[in-house]
Amino acid sequence: MSDTTTTAVTGRINGREQTLQIDNADLLLDVLRDLGLRGAKPSCEMEVCGACTVQLDGLPVSACTTLAAEIDGRDVETIEHLDADGTLHPVQEAFLRHSALQCGFCTPGMVMTAKALLEQDPDPSREDVVHWLEGSICRCTGYATIIDAVLDAAEVMRRAR
Amino acid sequence: MPDELKVVGHSVPRVDGPAKVTGRAPYALDLTVPGMVHGIAVRSERAHARIVSIDVEAAEAAPEVLAVVTAASVAPLDVRFGHVARDHPALACDRVMYHGEPVALVVARTPRAAARAARLVRVHYDELDAVIDAETALQDDAPLLHPDRVAPLGDAGLDAGAADLTGNLCAESTVGWGDVDTAMAAADLVVEGEYRYPMLYGYAMEPYNAIASFEEGTLVVHSTAQHPYMVREDLARMFGLPLARVRVVVPYVGGGYGTKSYTKVEPLAALGAWVTGHPVRVALSVEEAMLTTRSDGAHIRARSGFAADGTLLAREFDVVMDSGAYTDNSPVVCAKLANRCFGPYRVPAVRVRVRSVFTNTVPASSLRGFGAPQGALAGELQMDEAAQRLSIDPVDLRLRNVVAPGEEILPRKRGIDADLAEDLRMLTGSLGWGGPSAPGTGIGFGLTASDAGAHPTSVAMVRLHADGSASAAVGATELGQGSRTVLSQIVAECLGLPFDRVAILAADTGATPYERTTGASRTTTLVGRSLQAACADVRRRVREVAAEVAGVDASAVVDLPAGVSVGGERWDYAEVLSRWFGAGGELVGVGEVRRAGEFQAMPPFWEVGASGVVVDVDAETGVVSVLQLTTVGDVGIAINPVLVHGQDLGAATMGLGAALSEALVYDGEALANPNVVDYRVPRSSDVPDRLELLLVERRDGIGPFGAKGSGEGALNPIGSAVAAAVGRAIGVFPHELPLTPERVWRLAQERVGDVRT
Repeated sequence: MSDTTTTAVTGRINGREQTLQIDNADLLLDVLRDLGLRGAKPSCEMEVCGACTVQLDGLPVSACTTLAAEIDGRDVETIEHLDADGTLHPVQEAFLRHSALQCGFCTPGMVMTAKALLEQDPDPSREDVVHWLEGSICRCTGYATIIDAVLDAAEVMRRAR
Repeated sequence: MPDELKVVGHSVPRVDGPAKVTGRAPYALDLTVPGMVHGIAVRSERAHARIVSIDVEAAEAAPEVLAVVTAASVAPLDVRFGHVARDHPALACDRVMYHGEPVALVVARTPRAAARAARLVRVHYDELDAVIDAETALQDDAPLLHPDRVAPLGDAGLDAGAADLTGNLCAESTVGWGDVDTAMAAADLVVEGEYRYPMLYGYAMEPYNAIASFEEGTLVVHSTAQHPYMVREDLARMFGLPLARVRVVVPYVGGGYGTKSYTKVEPLAALGAWVTGHPVRVALSVEEAMLTTRSDGAHIRARSGFAADGTLLAREFDVVMDSGAYTDNSPVVCAKLANRCFGPYRVPAVRVRVRSVFTNTVPASSLRGFGAPQGALAGELQMDEAAQRLSIDPVDLRLRNVVAPGEEILPRKRGIDADLAEDLRMLTGSLGWGGPSAPGTGIGFGLTASDAGAHPTSVAMVRLHADGSASAAVGATELGQGSRTVLSQIVAECLGLPFDRVAILAADTGATPYERTTGASRTTTLVGRSLQAACADVRRRVREVAAEVAGVDASAVVDLPAGVSVGGERWDYAEVLSRWFGAGGELVGVGEVRRAGEFQAMPPFWEVGASGVVVDVDAETGVVSVLQLTTVGDVGIAINPVLVHGQDLGAATMGLGAALSEALVYDGEALANPNVVDYRVPRSSDVPDRLELLLVERRDGIGPFGAKGSGEGALNPIGSAVAAAVGRAIGVFPHELPLTPERVWRLAQERVGDVRT
């Protein structure tokens, strides 16, 4: 017996169209993780820590507070898609260069947030980066290396264009 | 950097970096086990009550539910755990001791089914008087929380304080020497005050979780534990199993900071598995994690007596720690607070009493710093207050009293393995102390030394493979500190191998050798030393078998990088193994560190804290902005400098949280802010633009190549440093953290009306 109903939704997840039979109460984070996409992490469950950040039609969203039903007809991109062609995204490369991680639990969300920022604004100021990362908590690093990495990635991406 | 070191001393990239930036690094939360089901705890809605009955029928009849486990349902199994005293039941037995305590575990096929059924469990309580505040709990008429005391386990490696405890005392530690009363009476200045350090939640972003199953008579647990060998002991006691039949495996851990030291949800998962026969996952929400462990808040009464020239004559500390419902690790924190509060100074007379007190609140355990930040808030602030009142520069005041290299801080303990005076000069130089300061700004700094390393037991194993590569097995957990990287560097250096020919297998009690804990900043130093010994052992084996194969005396075989010289001819490791085994094979070396010889004196090393800030205080709003942060990483040698910087900035940032915004608050009998919105940790905008992360490498540590630990030191003085800086900006030294805008604004207003100055 269930007090919710199920719906079929069709969305593109990491570039591949999929039809999923989902419970209307399902959260996007749980559905993604059940699909084996476990880079996005559950933590605060209140949309403040950013560990579950994925891109929905290019915008960063907290998968912990997004209903899975909302992906119908839309594009979802998760951290797993970034190196699908075998090469790391410039943001990932920059995180490695700057050692911008410790425990790594926040890292997928940080990377997805930074990627979304750089897609919107290829030349952000340090203040812009700090502002965008305000919704992503890191408890290990003290943020400085992460901010440096995002600015460095921006420069690398600008030069590559 | 001396050029004989090839790998050590270089910031090689983290070995876990690629897995972590791609989201593929497995955490316990990402694992699944075939047949796995899910447990959710039913939690107490009372702070202190006798359990009359628990109605589980409706929950058990709910869809997809396998079992509802209670302490009564698993009797005669004794569900209590605890590494100091076994008084913490995994599920409340006859009484609940705090709001949020697990009372029952609902096991179902899905988390949602378990959560739904958990709401159907009815617990009938007979309410008892609760005591939330530690001072109240110490009064004679306070309700007695542990009338039937559980005797301590008597672990010789834990400094657990006094044994004759009465009332609501969880622990008591005293430190003292000299004639404090006479010294105080003779002092030109006695600084006296009360200080309060908040109770904190470490907020490791991966909440506590575990999967447990019974396989071939062995209890197998995958969990977020920092100290898997300690958890193994708790589980072995609970289920009556030999240590060999409990296997605790820890994959990557999403943040530790001491919050994941010791046993948390592993018994719940194991009880679920024991009852249902299925592998059971228990994965807490952040709110539940906040109801599981916090740090000890402290109320500190302190007096410091000085001569007119600034010489410390005596110090006295009387501290009350709010330790919550169960013993857990508070006795050890209590002992450490007692050792750490009076600072790294030469004090002729000391009297310290720290009392850890039971209350009906979330049980306290360990958190980064372990008593040091609490003690330093009072100890260091009194140095600043004394300097001001004696019109002596606070740097000079500290330099007059600070211990010299090799000098004892505590009688019969290891002398300090650091040059604190020089560290302090570097710190204050970086902060611009003594120069001009803008109105509304202030500089603050602090100096601490912590008896770190914990009990020095570490065992390591190195395997030299047929192709000449090496893997090391260690029990240390990778919490993000970069231990696998640093330990790989040490092995590569010792065996003369390139970094990429070395791998680390870690933290599986069924496969890796014993490691007492991953805490107290000990891994680089102690695991590093046991690994060095293991490398020396495998090198000895290489020489031995090479000599035997060549038919020469062992003395004719000499170590070379990645091989040996046999009578002048170079054989690399692969060649030695090939000649010895013919096909395949490996040579194994083992090493250990134990409390003997050079590790006899405690602590194994001292962890230095020398940190400071420049702050700006908005007089109208009370908002404190940190403009500059300086840390001094006095680590002996930075085996990986970038990783040391990471530890120092991370620790200091956590300290800024406690200094400026973090505090768990009780509203009546329940926690008022058990979430990350109302409990505010530092965000990206809280970190200052001006960061000076200084490194000091004097090779004066007991660890490999002269290393000492890092990870807590940079945090320990931050609370006192921020308070001192704010004090200098507004004209009055705050005595209570966190320095929220309201608290700072009110203090500044009082100062305006203060006519004594």
